[in-house]
Amino acid sequence: MSEVIVITSGKGGVGKTTTSANLGTGLAMLNKKVVLIDTDIGLRNLDVVMGLENRIVYNLVDVIEGSCRMSQALIKDKRYPNLQLLPSAQTRDKSSVSPEQMKKLIDSLREEFDYVLLDCPAGIEQGFKNAIAGADRAIVVTTPEVSAIRDADRIIGLLEANEIHRIDLIINRIRMDMVKRGDMMSIEDVIDILAVHLIGAVPDDEHIVIATNQGEPLTGSDCMAGQAYMNIARRVTGEEVPMMDLNVKDGFFSRLAGLFKKK
Amino acid sequence: MGFFDFFSKNKSGNVAKDRLKLLLVSDRANCSPEMMEAIKNDIIKVISKYMDVDTEALDIQITQTESEGGNGSVPALFANIPIKDIKTGNPNR
Repeated sequence: MSEVIVITSGKGGVGKTTTSANLGTGLAMLNKKVVLIDTDIGLRNLDVVMGLENRIVYNLVDVIEGSCRMSQALIKDKRYPNLQLLPSAQTRDKSSVSPEQMKKLIDSLREEFDYVLLDCPAGIEQGFKNAIAGADRAIVVTTPEVSAIRDADRIIGLLEANEIHRIDLIINRIRMDMVKRGDMMSIEDVIDILAVHLIGAVPDDEHIVIATNQGEPLTGSDCMAGQAYMNIARRVTGEEVPMMDLNVKDGFFSRLAGLFKKK
Repeated sequence: MGFFDFFSKNKSGNVAKDRLKLLLVSDRANCSPEMMEAIKNDIIKVISKYMDVDTEALDIQITQTESEGGNGSVPALFANIPIKDIKTGNPNR
């Protein structure tokens, strides 16, 4: 049975695309057949985060307009052949696609894939409406900031109004050192305010920047963010995974363990 | 940050949480200040038919409250209406 999940946030720059890339990779590592769709028409980015920008021939709009077949537009991931990307169009705008067309396109992918992940653009206009049109469930990404949480709350309201009732939350870029000092809202604070199910928290981790520089998602790698994304992927499939302790910094023992792992 | 701020409980994380709570109440209710004022005036009009209320101290606001069905919190209109004197007899006289 396939599931269509939209990854959305309202506010820009909170990590939708990074989350999409890493969640897609995580699900592929769990041997699921996954297709990632970049629905941000005009501001294509998911291809870059995945490191697949040089392989694009056709895009989402080409498929919708019938200029090519779906199989021609899908790009296989470098590492996981069961992970594919449908890139967005860079030189078109959001009005090139309607919600009905998106729904039809997504439905055509349901048979072949276990998971269809939709990377939603920021905002609540046409691009958002297109992205959520065919979704069964949603993952809302936020950061522990007033503006991002406010937008997340609005997005949750809009998702519910559009009959998407299965909504999970990812709190991204949390810094436990700041939470401890009282200078950042905690995971509990955010859950308390948004009253939505938490599917994972991802610590602010410089490895994310490095991974994005290299165009390789870091899911499953040794760092905290890599572990967090892998846990989220498992939870998406329905597995019960306890929340990891984000407090564990690179202490003596984990460094020691890291030394041995490198060998 | 000053010397006394260091000891205060009002850390920026709490400030953020409190600001957000207030912000979301009005966001969720989608209620303009003009509308709140109109509601307030109408409440005064109705209540003062029956009792003498302190219109200056009257306060209404939209907050969150637990829903009776137990499925999370829902917005609720809270009105704090201080009564000066309860009129007796027929209100329609």
